[in-house]
Amino acid sequence: MSSDVSNDRRANAPEELIAFRAVTKVYGRGDASMQALRGVDLDIGTGEFVAIMGPSGSGKSTCMNILGCLDTPTAGSYCFQGVEVGSLDRNQRALLRRHYQGFVFQGFNLLSRTTALENVELPLLYRGVSGGERHTRAREALETVGLTGWETHTPGELSGGQQQRVAIARAIVTAPAVLLADEPTGNLDTARSREIMELLTTLNRERGITVIMVTHEPDMAAYAGRVIRFMDGLVASDEANGRKPS
Amino acid sequence: MIGNTILLALREIRRNVLRSFLTILGIVIGVGAVITMVTIGGGATLQVQQQIASMGSNLLMLSPGKRMGPGQASGASSFKEADAQAIAAEISDIAAVAPLSTSSLKAIWGNQNWSTSVAGTDNQYLRISNRALRTGRTFNDGELRAGAAVCIIGDTVKRKLFGAQDPMGERVRLQNFSCEVVGLLEGKGQSGMGQDQDDLVVIPIRTFQRRIAGNQDVALVQVSVREGASTDKAKRDIERLMRERRHLGPSDEDNFNVMDMKEIANMLTGTTRMLTALLSAVAAVSLLVGGIGIMNIMLVSVTERTREIGIRLAIGALEREVLTQFLVEAVVLSSFGGLIGIVLALAGSVWLSGVLKVPFVFNGGIVLVAFLFSAAVGVVFGYFPALKAARLDPIVALRHE
Repeated sequence: MSSDVSNDRRANAPEELIAFRAVTKVYGRGDASMQALRGVDLDIGTGEFVAIMGPSGSGKSTCMNILGCLDTPTAGSYCFQGVEVGSLDRNQRALLRRHYQGFVFQGFNLLSRTTALENVELPLLYRGVSGGERHTRAREALETVGLTGWETHTPGELSGGQQQRVAIARAIVTAPAVLLADEPTGNLDTARSREIMELLTTLNRERGITVIMVTHEPDMAAYAGRVIRFMDGLVASDEANGRKPS
Repeated sequence: MIGNTILLALREIRRNVLRSFLTILGIVIGVGAVITMVTIGGGATLQVQQQIASMGSNLLMLSPGKRMGPGQASGASSFKEADAQAIAAEISDIAAVAPLSTSSLKAIWGNQNWSTSVAGTDNQYLRISNRALRTGRTFNDGELRAGAAVCIIGDTVKRKLFGAQDPMGERVRLQNFSCEVVGLLEGKGQSGMGQDQDDLVVIPIRTFQRRIAGNQDVALVQVSVREGASTDKAKRDIERLMRERRHLGPSDEDNFNVMDMKEIANMLTGTTRMLTALLSAVAAVSLLVGGIGIMNIMLVSVTERTREIGIRLAIGALEREVLTQFLVEAVVLSSFGGLIGIVLALAGSVWLSGVLKVPFVFNGGIVLVAFLFSAAVGVVFGYFPALKAARLDPIVALRHE
């Protein structure tokens, strides 16, 4: 069902969120240089749920870093909501991340010895949201990921699945245009992974949040509406996913 | 935003209470030492000033030689009793004039002996130096004129020689003569220079000249200017009179010196102030060391929290915000150290001033300066680590284990 919706959107109203045009990324110089991306063209529309797959060294992580404005292309163009990211400086890219993007990492990356609520509040703090509203919104986000009652627990007191839920709450608390998830289930067992994937699916379907997820597990990619495979720095395949997760 | 940053910094400090405390220990000690030194020094200065004031700010001291100091009186002729009398007779606005010669001697009574200071002077001396008698009487005119063997003793001498016995009418032996105790001075305690002002035997100046010095000289002339009159004018008048009496030509330099208490006070407080400044400077070095300690810990903290910095940057923190966060953390830490140092220093100063019997003088200026300085130490030594944190590449920082 979800895949149909996103496919429809792409087909009928291709509201461009992300546009890669001949994006290349070269690390190092001279003989030691390594081409991580060799001219990638990619379009992702608002409301899609995209899984990016590929073996190690295929360029998917580099692609993710560029998508998340943590890195810039060596050549080519990356437009995010019509803005050329390559022309932005470090601080402008930080502001873009702050206002339009949410991040979920494989290693959760929560602030240790900091409560779940405080972790979720962090992006709001940088946005300058006042204390009362910050609390309310962080609580709502934790409720969305099913962690009501765990607000005062620190990451050390939470299971891996719960930690990743806190990370997702932190990513969505600002209502971002896109949620970037880098192997979000990489550190979780199958049952926990499924829970996280269902949560992402729900967020995509019910809130219309665009989700772009890197994974190397086909089972997890199956939740996405569209699967892009990378191979040797190029997009090897890009197809709609009709298969519903079993 | 700055409120939030301070909140974050406090949270961070709370997370690492022991380490935070050890970090600021240098600042605590530095600020504490500086404030304690300055406070105690200020108290000592005040004490000196008070004691000099109790001696009378209208006191002038006339001595031979160009400046008061060891060895400089040589060559210049001494004063005679007549000089003192001339001042009393010819200068207006003079309350009292006393000749004064002193010598360190052993006083003996029975089988007790005690080394003390013997002052040859007259009754005016007691008036000038604000000394009252507990019992007995002052010298009478006949005794002064004849240089009789009589003395007035201080409380310390009385205790050392006589213990609980009544000294009145007893004969105390000084060098090669004995004199009858006719009076006992009221106790006065220590002077600003730490001298026991009660360790004293007063005898008539002529007795001193004849029996001890063996000449007609007067070492010093003390002059008390009348209350409300100008000491400067009296000083100039005395100088003029002395030049005349010593037959100095217009081109000759003074071969005597008139010092007023203001000068003596300045000399003494100057010494105290210099000592205070010196000790404070030594203490200030520990503030510098404390600052380096803060920088060290902040650098460790940046390395330790590389991942956290990566998370913050990925979430959308600006370089400036990360810089501010670490800078504020350093400043909050060092200011905390400053505050603790201030509290400890004030408590320590109150205690020390009690032990050293120096008045406690609260110096708000130095407290403020020390606090601001400790905050400044945070800024200076926190800046480099903070910059290091802000410049991290988020991708690398996130991968940091």
